Amino acid sequence: MKQIELNQVSKYFGEIEVIRPLDLQIENGEFVVFVGPSGCGKSTLLRLIAGLEDVTSGQILINGKDTTKLAPADRELAMVFQSYALYPHMTVRKNIEFPLRMAGLDKKERNKRVEDAAKALNLTDYLERRPGQLSGGQRQRVAIGRAIVREPTAFLFDEPLSNLDAALRVGMRLEISELHKRLGATMIYVTHDQVEAMTLADKIVVLQAGVIEQVGTPLDLYHNPKNTFVAGFIGSPKMNLISGNEADKMGAHTIGIRPEHLSITKNTGLWHGVVGVTEQLGSDTFVHLNCESFSESLTVRADSDLSVAYGETLYVTPDLTHLHKFDKNGLRFDEKA
Amino acid sequence: MFSYIQSSKPIGTSKVSTKHSRSLARIMVAPAVFALLVWMIIPLSMTLYFSFKKYLPLRGGDLGWVGFENYTRFISSSSFWPAVATTMIIVGGVLIITVVLGTLIALLLDQPIWGQGIVRIMIIAPFFIMPTVSGLIWKNMFMDPTNGFLAHIWRAFGAEPIQWLSHASLPSLIMIISWQWLPFATLILLTAVQSLDSEQLEAAEMDGAKPIRRFFHIILPHLARAITVVILIQTIFLLSIFAEIFVTTAGAFGTKTLTYLIFQRVLESQNVGLGSAGGVYAIILANIVAIFLMRIVGKNLDR
Amino acid sequence: MPRAVTTQKKILNSAISWALAIIIFFPIFWIVVLSFKTEGDAIRTPIEVLTSTWTFDSYAVVQERSDYFKHFSNSVIIAIGSTLLGIIIAVPAAWSMAFVPSKRTRGILMWMLSTKMLPAVGVLYPIYLIFIELGILDSRTGLVVILMLINLPIIIWMLYTYFKEIPAEILEAARMDGANLRSEILYILTPMAIPGIASTLLLNIILAWNEAFWTLNLTAAKAAPLTSFIASYSSPEGLFFAKLSAASVMAITPILIMGWFSQKQLVRGLTFGAVK
Repeated sequence: MKQIELNQVSKYFGEIEVIRPLDLQIENGEFVVFVGPSGCGKSTLLRLIAGLEDVTSGQILINGKDTTKLAPADRELAMVFQSYALYPHMTVRKNIEFPLRMAGLDKKERNKRVEDAAKALNLTDYLERRPGQLSGGQRQRVAIGRAIVREPTAFLFDEPLSNLDAALRVGMRLEISELHKRLGATMIYVTHDQVEAMTLADKIVVLQAGVIEQVGTPLDLYHNPKNTFVAGFIGSPKMNLISGNEADKMGAHTIGIRPEHLSITKNTGLWHGVVGVTEQLGSDTFVHLNCESFSESLTVRADSDLSVAYGETLYVTPDLTHLHKFDKNGLRFDEKA
Repeated sequence: MFSYIQSSKPIGTSKVSTKHSRSLARIMVAPAVFALLVWMIIPLSMTLYFSFKKYLPLRGGDLGWVGFENYTRFISSSSFWPAVATTMIIVGGVLIITVVLGTLIALLLDQPIWGQGIVRIMIIAPFFIMPTVSGLIWKNMFMDPTNGFLAHIWRAFGAEPIQWLSHASLPSLIMIISWQWLPFATLILLTAVQSLDSEQLEAAEMDGAKPIRRFFHIILPHLARAITVVILIQTIFLLSIFAEIFVTTAGAFGTKTLTYLIFQRVLESQNVGLGSAGGVYAIILANIVAIFLMRIVGKNLDR
Repeated sequence: MPRAVTTQKKILNSAISWALAIIIFFPIFWIVVLSFKTEGDAIRTPIEVLTSTWTFDSYAVVQERSDYFKHFSNSVIIAIGSTLLGIIIAVPAAWSMAFVPSKRTRGILMWMLSTKMLPAVGVLYPIYLIFIELGILDSRTGLVVILMLINLPIIIWMLYTYFKEIPAEILEAARMDGANLRSEILYILTPMAIPGIASTLLLNIILAWNEAFWTLNLTAAKAAPLTSFIASYSSPEGLFFAKLSAASVMAITPILIMGWFSQKQLVRGLTFGAVK
């Protein structure tokens, strides 16, 4: 069942077009991630859904109801902000309770819900503290607690992990993922981090300059990027995108090949290059090769036991079944089709 | 106040405002704007009006228009240039003492010392003393040539006590006013010093810069803005110093500043036209300083 | 930027700091001492002063002879009255400029600041005349109004910078949580603004308490606050150190205590946010 539907939604700030008219459907219970570089309009899109910004044109349906003109409070959505936006003068308990108070629930019901949420989020011991006395991760959980007690139609997350340090981020990512599984609620999540997008999403929406570049499952996007932008944005390390002579030889304007789809040897291969930096991650080793024929260096995944030296010449061969071809507009095409 | 909130968006980027709230906002600003507008316009235009009149409330009242005569008379009177000189000496002297000492004390207080809190409190205390009190404390209990504290000290060393406020009137006044304003300079400069990134200093130390060079190449440039702000704000307040002179010398012994001269013309000799012309000069002078201050403040507003 | 230093250096720094602090604070300390002495003892050499007997006489005399409490209550009424009046006018103004900024907000703020730069002496006579016309010369009402006006720009600026610090996301969170405008103001904005309003109140009471141009020029016996009351001690000749000290101590003590609490706000309030 389609739960949230955007029809030809657009947004201008004055003269500046932030979102070009776009359509988007979000299914019930889905975890949707909006991803894109900063300034691509992903946060604005989320805020349009939340009702924190007015759409310039178009329509937003939630559960089949036109909510385009409704105030944020009436859309039955909950949002977790980048800065957490906790109320600094209230205790954790009061923070989580606030939406319930606004909804006019009685004291007993409020307490029960707050305590349930606190238990689920490991916040029981902190209920009487103020946000200023909490760590970043704890604040994050309070913000989530404040969102879940309302039992909203959908959760909106605006870059919720960007203020946390790397180790905490991985932990919170898992917690959010688990929360989604447990509640089974629709979640819309904005991030610029494609790793977060890949690990969390049921469906990824890649945005650039206010336009949806591609919508699909993480693996769909990974294996079948529609264009060079998505190809370069999804996946880490990045897909090698090569244009010029070598691409022409294969009948494309640009060819793309992921680092794991290049096989590396010491003596023969299609392309050769000089070893620059090698990154040893333990499980894999990524070798950056400087090839004469390409303007940019080529990233290649190798077994971790391969020993290479700086300045050594190596040969690589692409796995042609995993080669992506793009035309001069950057759009992917398949000869097989 | 809410430093732990790592906010990304300032207020104003979001569309908080609808048409309704905008007109409400205008109504909310109105009383303040109205009050200040009345406060600005009515007295200012009256001053301008009087400045073109011969107006002696106690000797005939309004004696008609005189054009720019008050302006030329005010400048050509024998007390004008001495008053300008006195004003400049007092303002300049206080500025030099407070900024130099203030910077040194700020740097000192920034170091780890025992009892920092108490030292800080003692140093800023003079700022909260009302001007008439500090004027009188110094005039009587310290600078009185027979019974003052300083006279006792001088005599203890066998020296003849100084007639502070009559023979060294300007240095004495500068001392009194500096005592009052030093805390202000110190406090602001201390705030600025504390915002200096210690890594910057450590980097300079690693690069082999000696303390003196570190001061001139890193600390001083960092403080430049704060020093400018201190100078501008103090100048505006010091140009209108009044109570300290009123209770100590009452303008005698060459301590008549421009402000005091205008005060005497207006209220003591009741020559309102002449005093008003002087007032216009004072307003112009203050505005010249104000422009520079406003530019700095304005820049900060855009931040 | 405090950094670890050697103990030796810390001793040196502490010694210099304490020496400076004692010199700077000494005049205040000394009038406290003198206020507990007889007039005869107060004018003797410092060592004799310290070793002479202590007495509360001067405080008693000041209160009996000069209606000290009348002037004290004038000061209280004028300082608190002008500040409260200023806050009442400033809160809505600062509020709307911080939360519903328009293209003109910046201009209005700068213009308000510029009124603070107006030298008082430039408008002395007009105000004097207006006060006579309105019959409020030497009245507390008149001083409340005039001190409110001279401090209004500072009050508005301080409140504006405090309100500006309330992050937009918090207000948005409240709206997502179902708060309407009334609950947003009642439960979120007001509690968050109270510390800022309190500091503004504090600093401006101090400034109004110590104001000594208008209070000297617009009052006589009736409405004179402590500033002009103390100034009246500049004329009598003779032995009055102890009484002057006692009067001074009483005049400065309340504000000195408030001042110590408002150190941080002082910087913000007097530099219009230009130094942080």
